[in-house]
Amino acid sequence: MENKKREGSVIFSPYNRGEAIKKVVTISREDVLFEIRESKLKGRGGAGFPTATKWTLVSAAISDEKYVVCNADEGEPGTFKDRVLLLEYPELIFDGMVVAGYTIGAKKGIVYLRGEYEYMLKSLEDYLESMRKDNLLGKNICGKDGFDFDISIRLGSGAYVCGEETALIESLEGQRGEARNRPPYPVNTGYLGKPTTVNNVETFAAVSHIITKGGSWFAKFGTDKSTGAKLFSVSGDCEKPGVYELPWGTSINELLEIVGAKNTKAVQVGGASGICIPKNQFDRKLGYEDAPTGGSIIIFNESRNMLHVLKNFMEFFVEESCGQCTPCRIGNVKLLEGVEMIENSNFTFNYLNHLKELGKTMQVASKCGLGQSSPNAFLSIIENFKDEIFNNGGKNGK
Amino acid sequence: MESKSNLRSPVSQQAHVIEKPKDITTIGGTVTIEINEKKVSVPFGTTILEACKMNGISVPTLCHHEDLCVAGVCRICVVEVEGMRTLQASCAFPITNPIKIKTSSPMVRKARRHIIDLLLSEHYGECYSCFRNGKCELQNLAKEYGVDTYTFGHVTEPRYEVDNSSYSVIRDMSKCVLCKRCVRTCIDLQEVGVLEAVNRGHETMISTFLDKPLLDVICINCGQCINRCPTAALRANDPSDEIWAAIDDPNKHVVIQTAPSPRAAICEEFGMEAGHSLTKELNTALRRIGFDKVFDTNTTADLTIFEEGTELLLRLYKALVKKEEVALPQFTSCSPGWVKFLEHYYPEYIDNLSSAKSPQQMFGALIKTFYAQKVGIDPANIVSVAVMPCSAKKYECNRPEMNSSGYKDVDYGLTTRELARMIKEAGINLPEMPKSDFDSPFGEASGAGLIFGATGGVMEAAIRSVYEFITGNKTEDAFENANVTPVRGFEGIRYVEIPLGDKFGPVPDILKHLIPNWDWLKGVTLKVAIAHGTANAKKIMDDIKAGGKFSECHFIEFMACPGGCLGGGGQPIPTTPEIRKKRAQAIYAEDESLEMRKSHDNPNVIRLYEEFLTDGPCGHTSHKLLHTHYTKRGRYIV
Ligand SMILES: Cc1cc2nc3c(=O)[nH]c(=O)nc-3n(C[C@H](O)[C@H](O)[C@H](O)COP(=O)(O)O)c2cc1C
Ligand code: SF4
Ligand code: SF4
Ligand code: SF4
Ligand code: SF4
Ligand code: FES
Repeated sequence: MENKKREGSVIFSPYNRGEAIKKVVTISREDVLFEIRESKLKGRGGAGFPTATKWTLVSAAISDEKYVVCNADEGEPGTFKDRVLLLEYPELIFDGMVVAGYTIGAKKGIVYLRGEYEYMLKSLEDYLESMRKDNLLGKNICGKDGFDFDISIRLGSGAYVCGEETALIESLEGQRGEARNRPPYPVNTGYLGKPTTVNNVETFAAVSHIITKGGSWFAKFGTDKSTGAKLFSVSGDCEKPGVYELPWGTSINELLEIVGAKNTKAVQVGGASGICIPKNQFDRKLGYEDAPTGGSIIIFNESRNMLHVLKNFMEFFVEESCGQCTPCRIGNVKLLEGVEMIENSNFTFNYLNHLKELGKTMQVASKCGLGQSSPNAFLSIIENFKDEIFNNGGKNGK
Repeated sequence: MESKSNLRSPVSQQAHVIEKPKDITTIGGTVTIEINEKKVSVPFGTTILEACKMNGISVPTLCHHEDLCVAGVCRICVVEVEGMRTLQASCAFPITNPIKIKTSSPMVRKARRHIIDLLLSEHYGECYSCFRNGKCELQNLAKEYGVDTYTFGHVTEPRYEVDNSSYSVIRDMSKCVLCKRCVRTCIDLQEVGVLEAVNRGHETMISTFLDKPLLDVICINCGQCINRCPTAALRANDPSDEIWAAIDDPNKHVVIQTAPSPRAAICEEFGMEAGHSLTKELNTALRRIGFDKVFDTNTTADLTIFEEGTELLLRLYKALVKKEEVALPQFTSCSPGWVKFLEHYYPEYIDNLSSAKSPQQMFGALIKTFYAQKVGIDPANIVSVAVMPCSAKKYECNRPEMNSSGYKDVDYGLTTRELARMIKEAGINLPEMPKSDFDSPFGEASGAGLIFGATGGVMEAAIRSVYEFITGNKTEDAFENANVTPVRGFEGIRYVEIPLGDKFGPVPDILKHLIPNWDWLKGVTLKVAIAHGTANAKKIMDDIKAGGKFSECHFIEFMACPGGCLGGGGQPIPTTPEIRKKRAQAIYAEDESLEMRKSHDNPNVIRLYEEFLTDGPCGHTSHKLLHTHYTKRGRYIV
């Protein structure tokens, strides 16, 4: 049963449609940037890049055209918090995008919506239409002379890598979804080569609250380096899976308690590309300084076979690599083969060490975040669960 | 770069480069960086790879190619940049701030070795049975990084079937390293777009439209993809076994013609610097291999000038005097890749193509008629081979209409690379060969025929003759030393106007029956243009379509390959702008060293018209043997 209760003092706190837009048109761009800097908001898409820095760079870039792109591709296994925001809190997202448009000087916003979320398209379009009627979108928004901004929605192509911001932009441009070289970064040469800010759905939602309630209000929540609260998509072996708002700094133990998880053996923090944390480290805290995540939390109880878990992750990456760069395209295949070798008790530790070294190379030499993070699961599960994996030949559990 | 296109390929990052400042002396024009703890200054926007090269530091590359936009996909060129968590691809990283770079740290070396090991694990084949053995970038990397074992295994079965449907290009994707150089070549440099990466992850492969055989897609056979492929995944369709068999057959009379570009480039296959013509050494080598006669393609290049030049004058005469509808500008037709490009993409313009055959095919038709009669050999027993810089020539000689002698006019098109291997196989070290001349009855040819090998060469040759035909003056009067320099160079598109003035000479005898006088050319300015690389050809064609300035031209030279034939798809690998420049220098130097610089001075050609093509240029016999027709192919092959 999915947990449907929406409780929280930040993202799920009360908000009136259009509030942030009405406020923002009365203040200067610099003031907006100031508030966001105060909030110390970091991107909610996974990489945790400071939003104020990104927006400052785009707003400083000189160009006649700029773009605001909302990353609603939500492809990380075990993530579904953006879906909840899109379905139930569209005002937070769209208002945040309008604020971004105002701040960086863009006239166009684009939502890159995960292909599987096509069913939401109609209601989101309707919502945008109602915003246009209320002058929350369109020309001279809220009476602010010369502030024109509109939002369109584009459906994604169904590849995980298209959530990576430069691959997303390529896909928007009608090209194969493949990550670009960086630098130059999208803040200078993004969509159609123009300065672009790509932000996660939840980042925009947080911005709407920050503009209405203040940056220092936001920074009160969470920890010093991880301010505010975060939405977590909790799945796996627990009584109450679902989307939770919790302040950063919550420990894994606390989270397990809240969601009713029992006999937990391991928690995968950050989805397939995240790290797998074993029981003896459950006092670790969720946050950029310790266990970062774009929101995905997958819980495994004692009955799980960790080698099997790892195999699933590796199969995912072999399939989802865009295939352009060598370390990721072939490296993931080698890691998967390694898992199969262990499964068949047909491996040497010497070769396994080669694979671990390969994993480290993939982390630094792959072209984009997918290949750079795909070995995380391999390295952390092999390291943290070596007793289980090697003592039992990986043959117990389901 | 010689040509730059606006069209982005799906992998190219052309739209996203950081511009280098025009003037690096301005503030911020240069950046001071540290490479391996040495301070150096480089222009803003220089890539790390370029910076390393400028400072004599070598960084390995695989997907990078000087002619192509950056890809950054193989990752072999990674380096450490202080303060960055990940390694950076030096070919793709533009320097904009004072960074500190390490090009050979333990992490870097390990990553490179891993990447090579990964590539080899999927690479089917062994070097000793591979045509790129000794000239392969993957093999070089393995050697450089001391690979002595397959750390991550090595495939023993091919993953894909070899596609040998094409007359020109064979694709063996089991040897592909997915560097996408071919894709970028085909899309950016040639704007044909036959090749594309499809599928994701481990299933990624380079494919054609709907994965059809290359013969069934709109490939123009230019072979530019072969020249830029780092491995043996792409190669030309090699007829040397058949040629050896013909040589070994006592009943066959095997003749060979050599084009100027292979002669200017084959030295590279024998370890020499680019830029030395080995024309006469090659003659000796070919005889020693066992060819019965060695002819000079320049002879029929000179003949082409007569035919194509006459055709042009006739078109102009019809248009200006008789006010007839004729297709102008006239396009050159000696580059078969270009011809096919036009047939596919601009079929409505096939009437603009000169009907004159290419020098290769003219020669073919003459060898099995004129020559066969002269020496009394049954043309059925003649095997005619053409050494060409070009892979499209293999396709051209297989066009069904190319049998006007009653036989297949040219039996085999052989590339420079393939010939070099035959020579090596025969145990001959080409540069050491004594010099010898071409065989009669064709013998010596002009420098004009020779420069056909470089972009602008056909135009220059045509001008050298047509100018003299019309004005009665020497070309030297208008162009110093008869070097028509305005049409030379590597600019992708060149446009030149040549005022003809109002003093004309008498019409030369050979044309008298066609054109009575030149008075109608009074005040006319001859407008010509040159394009090389089909991306540039496309620009001109689109301009013509839109009624732009090129539609006012009288004559346009098109070559499918960047640099012209000297950059052809059959030439030695590697190819770079620098190498092509040197080959051009070799060609122009050879031209200048000759006595005979103009096609119409070639006595062998004049004799041909006297003895064989007796009704003159564009006459009946020449139409039968030396001219051809084209096919409106369109974009789709059914
Ligand atoms: C393989 C891969 C997939 C990604 N998928 C998503 C995604 O689905 N949604 C998202 O917001 N960010 C995703 N990201 C992160 C984006 O690249 C980018 O950092 C993010 O959209 C920036 O927004 P933020 O600064 O608001 O976090 C992904 C990154 C990688 C490497
Ligand atoms: S790391 Fe993987 S997904 Fe990213 S560019 Fe390389 S192959 Fe593509
Ligand atoms: S392509 Fe290169 S590495 Fe591969 S078999 Fe041939 S020579 Fe060896
Ligand atoms: S031969 Fe030319 S047209 Fe054909 S695939 Fe290669 S580059 Fe493209
Ligand atoms: S065919 Fe050659 S050039 Fe093309 S991607 Fe493969 S290895 Fe590279
Ligand atoms: S040469 Fe730089 S990534 Fe391939």
